[in-house]
Amino acid sequence: MTGSHPVLTMTGISKSFPGVRALDNVDFRLFPGEVHALMGENGAGKSTLIKVLTGVYGTDQGTVTLADEQVSFTGPMQATAAGVSTVFQEVNLCTNLSVAENIFIGREPRRLGAVRWGEMRRQARALLARLDLDIDVNAQLGSYSLAVQQMVAIARAIDIKARVLVLDEPTSSLDAGEVAQLFRVMRQLRDDGIAILFVTHFLDQVYEIADRITVLRNGQLVGEYLTGELPQLGLVEKMIGKELRVLERLDEQPRRAATDRATGTPLLDVHELGRRSAVAPFSLTIHEGEVVGLAGLLGSGRTEVARLLFGADRADHGDVRVQGSPASLRTPVAAIGHGIGFCSENRRAEGIIAELSVRENIILAMQAARGWLRPIPRRRQDELVERYVRALSIRPADPELPVGNLSGGNQQKVLLARWLITEPRLLILDEPTRGIDIGAKTEIQRLVAQLSDGGMAVLFVSAELEEVLRLSHKIAVLRDREMVAQLTNDQDVDADRIMQSIAAGAGHEGVPS
Amino acid sequence: MTTLSLLTTRTWSRLPRRHVPVLATLVLLLVLYGVGVSQYRAFSNIQVIFNVFIDNGFLLVVAVGMTFVILTGGIDLSVGSVVAMTAMVSAFLLREGLPAALVLVIALLIGPTLGFLMGCVIHFFDIQPFIVTLAGMFFARGMCTFISGSSIPITDGFWTRMSQERIGNPSGNFVSISVLIAFAVVAVAAYTLAYTRLGRNVYAIGGNPQSALLMGLPVGRTRIAVYTISGLCAAIGGILLSFYTLSGAPLIAVGMELDVIAAVVIGGTVLTGGSGYVFGTVLGVLVLGVIQTLITFDGSLNSWWTKIVIGGLLFAFILLQRLIGIRYK
Repeated sequence: MTGSHPVLTMTGISKSFPGVRALDNVDFRLFPGEVHALMGENGAGKSTLIKVLTGVYGTDQGTVTLADEQVSFTGPMQATAAGVSTVFQEVNLCTNLSVAENIFIGREPRRLGAVRWGEMRRQARALLARLDLDIDVNAQLGSYSLAVQQMVAIARAIDIKARVLVLDEPTSSLDAGEVAQLFRVMRQLRDDGIAILFVTHFLDQVYEIADRITVLRNGQLVGEYLTGELPQLGLVEKMIGKELRVLERLDEQPRRAATDRATGTPLLDVHELGRRSAVAPFSLTIHEGEVVGLAGLLGSGRTEVARLLFGADRADHGDVRVQGSPASLRTPVAAIGHGIGFCSENRRAEGIIAELSVRENIILAMQAARGWLRPIPRRRQDELVERYVRALSIRPADPELPVGNLSGGNQQKVLLARWLITEPRLLILDEPTRGIDIGAKTEIQRLVAQLSDGGMAVLFVSAELEEVLRLSHKIAVLRDREMVAQLTNDQDVDADRIMQSIAAGAGHEGVPS
Repeated sequence: MTTLSLLTTRTWSRLPRRHVPVLATLVLLLVLYGVGVSQYRAFSNIQVIFNVFIDNGFLLVVAVGMTFVILTGGIDLSVGSVVAMTAMVSAFLLREGLPAALVLVIALLIGPTLGFLMGCVIHFFDIQPFIVTLAGMFFARGMCTFISGSSIPITDGFWTRMSQERIGNPSGNFVSISVLIAFAVVAVAAYTLAYTRLGRNVYAIGGNPQSALLMGLPVGRTRIAVYTISGLCAAIGGILLSFYTLSGAPLIAVGMELDVIAAVVIGGTVLTGGSGYVFGTVLGVLVLGVIQTLITFDGSLNSWWTKIVIGGLLFAFILLQRLIGIRYK
């Protein structure tokens, strides 16, 4: 499985940012022909370690050795040239260029300095065929879904004659079929002798593909383990560094029964709401204190539904009632006025403002709701922010730190805090747990349960059926941009049942509202 | 399931949306030309088109340089002043008695040097191109007046020959040498953008500079290169202008950078970068030229009507880009 000699060794790596010690004397090694999972909670330092390795950041201390030579990359280009290719968590490609060009730009096949477009397309097709991806290499990348863009990014990385392939959360935007496809490619590359560094939050995926695991916690190395010798529970314990009390408590919690919350006038009652080329008209009711889960595969229209309800996209069909009276949700401002909050799936582009501090990000929505002419007094700001930083255990707990310096999970919590302080009646959470670690995930799930017990309605959008099942009172299933079923989450609903509705289309369990 | 979702995303993206702005400009140009031909008999003479090129050859060259800059998402406000400065320096050095060849070399070096320096400031200090090139604009304009407060005529033999040489066919239609130079610049630029790494990097940076960096592309070098190219084009434009007017004047080409930007945008290049073609820029310059010609033919209209029409067109084209952009994301 692994050679006796590591292709890559990182020794004593330390890296600090203003106010954050991101890496503290971390060692890491990678053997040829292995898939090595780098695990840790948000803020454990995984992304920083990868950025140090690929030269995006310099190190404060420590050495990196590649194939017995000490290296210090000044940027991804140099790292790539030396055989260390990276696919980052967020797709870093140019959506305005064609698929083929995104794979080859920077190293296009050329003759006398001229790009050979025909040859480039041919090679791109061959490469994508190896990934079983049948797309038009001439089309603009931006016309494809995020998942396809991710696969194109991987195709780009594979094509470079890589010795080390770094995959930073490559699966967080892929559906099950695409993950399987990716794993097949990864195994093939591993057998070709490439060393793969794999970062993910999905424990099952680690046990499916990884040969070896390195765990980080709070910027420090916890240890390196063979996958076979570290049981899943042990891994989680090492990642969060405490007993599994929290996790177990949530599992012990009985399935959230479909209580009699769905009575009385619904808080939100939409009728035949739809938008052409986004989602077919659907009807849905949400009551006070009710958690409605939205399930469906990637690209099935989950986000589109959420955006329609928040007014981020304008519906061209249907009508909406809020607490029984007709309402219009044509803009986010209107939706906020009706007490609806929305945590976007795409937190980097649509949610947090990286340059602003944690405090400024948190008070943003509340300030917007009050109007800009009535500033929130600074003392009140500090009070509120302090409370939510503690309640959501945002780390590091410094309200004046730019949000961009926080890890993904903590950014998500900041986003959540922003909406919570406005005390919305309905909170739409689009993939709130995507790309964050299991500890933070549990915290967010528990928070959703608490909020709904307190009377807040929640629309919970998630790709993970388990999560939807655990939290929701009612589950709406989407398939190919159409709401095909609404299931009351009682004893006979389980993941299989939802999968069936997704697969079968028009659900026999459809509950007309 | 995968293939199915792929298919749905694919069907409504197959339109060649990046070509729509250029096609719109082409249609507009044909309509304008059609109006001219239907209104004025003399308009159908092919020489009318040739004259548009003769009168706007320098504008075209400068606009080609601007296309590079705008494709990266930048802007270059210095080009008008650089054009004037180049013409001014040429006229001054010729009057001082330097040989024409040497004057050409010197004049052609000034623009790219200034462009290179501005590119360096923009890249290394991470300053908005708007403000850096604004500074460049004031600097170059100031240099013009520093050289001479009034216009300097050019009497050099080479210059007058370039000015008067007509390349034509037996039926009497002709173009100037400037037009041929402009075409050569267009051809080289189009090739560079479509077939060289530099050109493709320009598009990549305009699409997403952060990604371009992470993809290992030489973002800094490319960014500096486009301002250098724009400076070179402005210098060539300045030489062509001095062929055309046979003089250097401190206040010539004032506000020309705005005409140039207008031509590039009307030609379909998106101001945020990443999308556009040199061919579009040629069309954009032709649109401006044909509007001018139409207003000249009319005779009763004030020349400011040109500006009014260009203003309206700019609005229309920016809106068009926005409408396309919404679906593009």
